[in-house]
Amino acid sequence: MKGTLIILAFFAVGVMLGVSGELPANMISSDWSSYALYLLMFLAGVGIGADRKSWHVLRAMNLKIFLVPAGIIIGTLGGVTVVSVLLPALQLREVLAVGAGFGYYSLSSIFISRLHNDSLGVIALLSNILREILTLILVPLLVKYFGKLAGIASGGATSMDTTFPVISKYSGKDYAIISLFSGIVLTMLVPLLVTLILTIGK
Amino acid sequence: MLAGILTGLFLNNYPAIVKINEKLLSLAIYALLLLLGIAVGSSEKIISNIYNLGFQAIIITLGAITGSVLVCWMIYKAFFHLK
Repeated sequence: MKGTLIILAFFAVGVMLGVSGELPANMISSDWSSYALYLLMFLAGVGIGADRKSWHVLRAMNLKIFLVPAGIIIGTLGGVTVVSVLLPALQLREVLAVGAGFGYYSLSSIFISRLHNDSLGVIALLSNILREILTLILVPLLVKYFGKLAGIASGGATSMDTTFPVISKYSGKDYAIISLFSGIVLTMLVPLLVTLILTIGK
Repeated sequence: MLAGILTGLFLNNYPAIVKINEKLLSLAIYALLLLLGIAVGSSEKIISNIYNLGFQAIIITLGAITGSVLVCWMIYKAFFHLK
């Protein structure tokens, strides 16, 4: 939660700076964010490669567990496809790209604003933060009515960190490992899927 | 990204460097969100449209959560809830 607030604070400060119009023109040009994005990609890769726990969890699992992130991907993309009829202003692939953030708002919003445009980046930021917040609030109810995978499903990529504590509390220890696994897989797939969705079918 | 993963596998044995990487990763994310914020704040098109963008975000989130919960409910009943 603290991390979310820090991230939002940085974004908010940026918005205020931008609104104030006091910035030198070259701050607004896009070169800076491209370099920062390459750095981010590299660092995110180092993090994944060096995370022993992740690789260990991945190795220890049987095949059934792959159904969980697969189901979340299918369910998320299917769900956003259905609601996209309510959003005539957006193309289907734009809606899919936002959905493919799976709650990983920082990375997905950055990717989408770089690969597509800033408006969609803002939608991705809001939508994916909301996914995390709603998950934190709704896990007890979801688990009660839709089974022990429901919290993990709702959490998406966040089920490995920010929403992990509440999920493991309500779904139990057996599902904690599934929660970690599913969150790790989805986190790894976010940059890949977002890029694929936005570049294919262009 | 791939270069990063390979570097990370190699760096596995140096926890100190991995720690530093986590710090750098946070910094890079903060910097990018600050830049996104600046771009958003200086774009009149986005600022004047913010309620609309927020509404679209809410709809997408509800679709995403509902869809994934329903599919995982089916998976849960078919494969996990056996005991």
